[in-house]
Amino acid sequence: MSLHHTKHHQTYVTGLNAAEEAYAKASGPKEKIKLQAALKFNGGGHINHSLFWKNLAPTSAGGGEIPSGALKEALERDFGSVDAFKNKMNTATAAIQGSGWGWLGYSPTTSKLEIVTTPNQDPLLSHVPIIGIDIWEHAFYLQYKNVKPDYLKAIWNVINFREAEARFLEAAKQSA
Amino acid sequence: MSGQHTLPDLPYAYDALEPFISRQIMELHHKKHHQTYVNALNAAEQAYAKASTPKERIALQSALKFNGGGHINHSLFWKNLAPAKSENKGNGGSLHEGPLKKAIVEAFGTFDNLRKEFNTTTAGIQGSGWGWLGVNPQSKRLEIATTSNQDPLLTLTPVIGVDIWEHAFYLQYLNVKVDYLNAIWNVINFEEAEKRYLDAVGGAKL
Repeated sequence: MSLHHTKHHQTYVTGLNAAEEAYAKASGPKEKIKLQAALKFNGGGHINHSLFWKNLAPTSAGGGEIPSGALKEALERDFGSVDAFKNKMNTATAAIQGSGWGWLGYSPTTSKLEIVTTPNQDPLLSHVPIIGIDIWEHAFYLQYKNVKPDYLKAIWNVINFREAEARFLEAAKQSA
Repeated sequence: MSGQHTLPDLPYAYDALEPFISRQIMELHHKKHHQTYVNALNAAEQAYAKASTPKERIALQSALKFNGGGHINHSLFWKNLAPAKSENKGNGGSLHEGPLKKAIVEAFGTFDNLRKEFNTTTAGIQGSGWGWLGVNPQSKRLEIATTSNQDPLLTLTPVIGVDIWEHAFYLQYLNVKVDYLNAIWNVINFEEAEKRYLDAVGGAKL
């Protein structure tokens, strides 16, 4: 957590600020296009990690507990059960070929909860992010080494389902 | 040939690249990560052999590319590393006078410039991937390239590859990629690199 927050996320923030400053000074389309990769990578890194910290919580503060309510019902409706949802999310996230993120997302077109992945630091654009899980190796390697499935199993103990439900209710309201 | 790949042995002991790459990293990297690519490549090739339609074959392409690339890349990697001369363990890190050194100076000005450019380019990869020094098959000159994830190097003939996936360095160097990239030059196997270079400029195949 310490390295992830004070080093990795900080680096994205610093990189994003630098890229935005350069973009403001860019004089033509070609220069702006050249800066797109830096904006996407660092901007995505900042967006994704900001969402991530908030969708985690200590077990003492409700991490891992899914309250009865709209989110639980929607998960059961769209995946059959909460366990089935977790399994599907873990399978999809573990299968990413490289670095990236696993997401539970709300589809504004179908009004359903769906599992999506994004590569590298690409932000989730096709869906409203409900829960994000970082599967870059820096997110787990020191503790779990190559055993991704153990990390993915463990993280459910600290997923902040209350934050997830707040995001879900807001997303559902927006597309109603 | 299909589905019969095996994990190649390391040409040296797991601790041979210390202190530049730790035994712990080498063990996990070889016995877990590379082995997994080998196993999955075999499974993907077996599935491909059974596939009967273009759609089925296309559906298997990403597994073949990811695991095939992982096997190719890591196999090249182990061989372009060697125990460090600076540790009196081998020839790693020592670039002698010869055709490779000449080509490096021609393309980059100095060996130091090569290292700087290579490290900057490799550190700049946005995600997982590999940094490469390779021979351009048309110009026969040395160039630096990168590939993402486990994509194999196809545009140049590989001479030196450096793994910049976080599993390649994180346990030892944490987030400080640049320290890993500086350190690894102490264990680059320039003899193997020169062999590849001479093959590439002598022959016409990629």
